[in-house]
Amino acid sequence: MTWKNFFTSSIGKKFLVALTGLFLILFLIVHASINACIFLNDNGDTFNAVAHFMSHNWILRFLEIGLFAALILHAIQGLMVWKQNVAARPIDYYVKKQNRNSTWYSRSMGIMGTLILLFLVMHISHFFVGTKIALYAEHDAPHDLYLEMKEVFSKGIWVALYMVGLIALFWHLFHGFQSAFHSLGLDHKRYTSLLRAAGTGYSIIIIILFALMPLSFYFGWIH
Amino acid sequence: MEHYNMNLTLKVWKQKNADSKGKFETFKVSDISSEMSFLEMFDVLNEKLIEEGKEPIAFDHDCREGICGACSMYIDGQPHGPWAKNTTCQLHMRAFHDGDTIVVEPWRSKAFPVIKDLMVDRAAFDRIIQAGGYVSVNTGNAVDANSLPIDKSDADAAFAAAACIGCGACVAACKNSSAMLFVSAKVAQLSLLPQGEPERRTRVLNMVTQMDKEGFGNCSNTYACEAECPKGISVLNIARMNREYMHAGLSADEK
Repeated sequence: MTWKNFFTSSIGKKFLVALTGLFLILFLIVHASINACIFLNDNGDTFNAVAHFMSHNWILRFLEIGLFAALILHAIQGLMVWKQNVAARPIDYYVKKQNRNSTWYSRSMGIMGTLILLFLVMHISHFFVGTKIALYAEHDAPHDLYLEMKEVFSKGIWVALYMVGLIALFWHLFHGFQSAFHSLGLDHKRYTSLLRAAGTGYSIIIIILFALMPLSFYFGWIH
Repeated sequence: MEHYNMNLTLKVWKQKNADSKGKFETFKVSDISSEMSFLEMFDVLNEKLIEEGKEPIAFDHDCREGICGACSMYIDGQPHGPWAKNTTCQLHMRAFHDGDTIVVEPWRSKAFPVIKDLMVDRAAFDRIIQAGGYVSVNTGNAVDANSLPIDKSDADAAFAAAACIGCGACVAACKNSSAMLFVSAKVAQLSLLPQGEPERRTRVLNMVTQMDKEGFGNCSNTYACEAECPKGISVLNIARMNREYMHAGLSADEK
């Protein structure tokens, strides 16, 4: 069993999807925590300070490369697995009663993942690109990310699209959290119920936190 | 239980052979007893077709006791029909009512090509078992039955996994046509027992490699397989196989 055979096998591919997925789950905790600084309602002073630290710390910049690598790997592996799975059943059933044996969101990881990918294109062009341009501009021009958020989320269309993205993310996480542990072999009568509860709690808290950000700006709950 | 007779409409997949294109054909059956099994209902239909000089519908069956794993019909959108933990031969007509239309399809998977009508070729499962689903035993005297102590819980878990009859309902139910539940049942059974220990690592690697070669899909943890398995094989076996595969794959000697 060479490394290549290991990671290109059906189970090896799932290991990669699970490991990168868990890394992205950890990232979301960091992302949500930092963004939650806007709720201090201090005109974004704390938030901008943390954002400045995040974009100027070399360890974090290095981790950022890992983040994008994990995201790309997760998406590519996921799409490859999805393509193979479709090919494994060339003729589909005429009658399907899949709701009797599985949940719709467990069967929709590919679709939800694709929606998240589309959402990320919008999200990165909204916030990531501007930050990077400011970072590499002459004299490291100061960048008010808080103001940028305020501007983007003053428009109803963006707020609505962010909500759609977050709904897709919720169902993806809701299945993905526990699924990742199962793929890594961590499924056990004693711990599975705990993992499921943790996954449910995580998905709900993360999504509510994120959803509150555009809504707070749009409805003027923070100034 | 109250006995009743019923008239039914059947939409059945008819396909001449693996190379031909199949299609649904509609058949009417009348005076079907609620105490018949689903296969007996097909027997009645086939007798009628033979008497009319038509070709009977081909389907797999053997023991008709729910233990051999030969029967394999996808009935009204579910493998082995609407009853949980049940095979097609043990599905009784009291699951249906007078006037019902029942759609019957073969297992659908690239790895299970249709032989004829409702019969599919499940030799892919045999090749996976041949790749490692066994324990090599040297000839000689039989050892004493009590010479290998086995923890009761391990013996129970191995026995539960060994209950797999290899019918392929897991593949048929899975949206990805994945064979993970079948393969994991055998891997888990033998990895739990001391007799399986010597070949533990090569077994899981070889069986998974063969599974991938056969063209089954990947597991996406929807657990449809467990819900539809006539023997109630647990998806915990899949997690166990993932662990076994990780251990064996990462500790292999090759670079």
